[in-house]
Amino acid sequence: MNERPGRAQAWLQRSVQNESLLVSGITKKHSPLSVLLMGLLILNTIGVVAPMLLALMSSFKSTAEIMNAPFGLPQSLNLTNFAQVLGEGNFGIYFRNSVLVTVGAEVIILSLSSMAGYALARYRFRLNGALYMLILMGLMIPAKLLLVPLFLQLKQMGLLDSLWGLILVYAAGGIPAGVFILTGFFRALPHALEAAARIDGAGEWTIFHRIMLPLVRPQLAIVAIYTAIPIWNDFLLPIVFISSANLKTMPQGLSVFFGEYAVNMGALFAGLTISALPLIVLYLVLSEQFIKGLTAGAVKG
Amino acid sequence: MAPAISMMAAFMVLPAVSALGYSLYDWNAFTRTEFVGLKHFLRLTEPPYRGEFLRALGHNTIAFVALLMVQNGIGLMLAFALYRRPRGYAFFRLTVFLPVILSLVIAGYLWQLFLHPLFGPLTKLVMGVFSLEEFSPLGDTRLALATAILINIWRWVGFPTLVFLAGMNAISDEIYKAAELDGASEWQTFTRITLPNLGPSFTIVVILTFIGAYEWFELPFVIGGSTGNPGNSLDTLALMFYRLSFGDSSSPATDVGLGAAVSVVLFVIVLIGSKLGADLLRKREVHE
Repeated sequence: MNERPGRAQAWLQRSVQNESLLVSGITKKHSPLSVLLMGLLILNTIGVVAPMLLALMSSFKSTAEIMNAPFGLPQSLNLTNFAQVLGEGNFGIYFRNSVLVTVGAEVIILSLSSMAGYALARYRFRLNGALYMLILMGLMIPAKLLLVPLFLQLKQMGLLDSLWGLILVYAAGGIPAGVFILTGFFRALPHALEAAARIDGAGEWTIFHRIMLPLVRPQLAIVAIYTAIPIWNDFLLPIVFISSANLKTMPQGLSVFFGEYAVNMGALFAGLTISALPLIVLYLVLSEQFIKGLTAGAVKG
Repeated sequence: MAPAISMMAAFMVLPAVSALGYSLYDWNAFTRTEFVGLKHFLRLTEPPYRGEFLRALGHNTIAFVALLMVQNGIGLMLAFALYRRPRGYAFFRLTVFLPVILSLVIAGYLWQLFLHPLFGPLTKLVMGVFSLEEFSPLGDTRLALATAILINIWRWVGFPTLVFLAGMNAISDEIYKAAELDGASEWQTFTRITLPNLGPSFTIVVILTFIGAYEWFELPFVIGGSTGNPGNSLDTLALMFYRLSFGDSSSPATDVGLGAAVSVVLFVIVLIGSKLGADLLRKREVHE
């Protein structure tokens, strides 16, 4: 009983791993093409990293220093800007709100879409195909179409200007993608697993919860990242739904901050650094999962 | 199953249907007054809204074409560079994708600071190098849209890169071996084998670019506010919808029915565009 999931897991991993194995023999180093392409990669890296480093460096400078020596190293590791931003700005609160909203929505997305994906993949019932199509259609509906009706609906439900309103809307928006990705993976699991568990007398919930769910854990991570990053970064819904200062999320808070600190360049760069840093650090630690997760909708596993 | 469907029904299907309904009514702020049929859709085809609507649609279309060619073109080259597994592959792959995780809000403000007309480091650099009196591409109606498109490319080019890379990795090694035996040059291999076999990646990238360009909102909003300043040069359909539905800084008056009509048009454009794109591109894909 214990051994079976392990074997299936290995099988699943093997089928996912193919990606990294392909290095063909055609590559010729040192050809003019190689040099050109290498140049392109280096140029791109500079284009990506230099602006971020410049922003980081500028956040240690005063506005005068940015004016006089825009590309020079900061004269000292002056933390005044950060102290000012963290002291006066509400970034602590914005950060907390973004975490609450993202985690709250993810709990709902992961639990509901894993159950729905499992049901669609493993049980044959009437409407099975129709429901799957309905969920696929959910991927096509633009947020702008839903915005005003949702605004009025949340108002009626008393969920306007509340983190719960955001959580519920984000969760509903993330479920189609979650179901879509997980249905595919549940379908790929061998049927023998279920049969064996049934013979051992396991109930349907036990089979789902103890056997199937642990097998798709890597795919749950993909769904989590695929749906969480857009929620963390979203700007449209908060600016429409949230008006209280203490309920604003990071991107929304950043725009408030930019309105208030009009020309205090050093402080603005510090605010920008503070709002970008959490996700950048997370990305550097979990880059594989981020890349797999964010391209999940576009790349077949 | 049931909870997932009911969540979707409550927060997606129901509002989507309502939005269609909203466009058929007159509104006094957020209170529905009377049924007017297709009046709001007709208003979009007449002055004064026709000009505004066509201008916004034009900006979306320019963004789509530019992003399609430039963003995806660069993405394809970067993907090919990575596909050859150069030295530093892991590092380059990491940095290529880095800006993709940042929000457009952060990317927008970052470049706004760099290009600040008085204090921006990049402004100073360009003024120095080209000895210009002033340089303010985001404040210039002729340059703002192109600059915003470039910022968008800076932030998103890593995405098509990795989709193309995955597509290249999925092409079987045997085809390449055969080409090598036939004495094909690397360029021939790229144009005759790699590109035609990338069909599915092209389909998905083109469709996502289309949807992204026609729903373009956050970057123009961060740079130019709800009216797409300077001088409406960054106005898009999504901004027009937002203005009509929730008012803008200069006038809080709203026109919810007309806004809903714009959002329905937006939805139809996205739906038809992606369907047509998928059908056309699928035909060209090479099936093994």
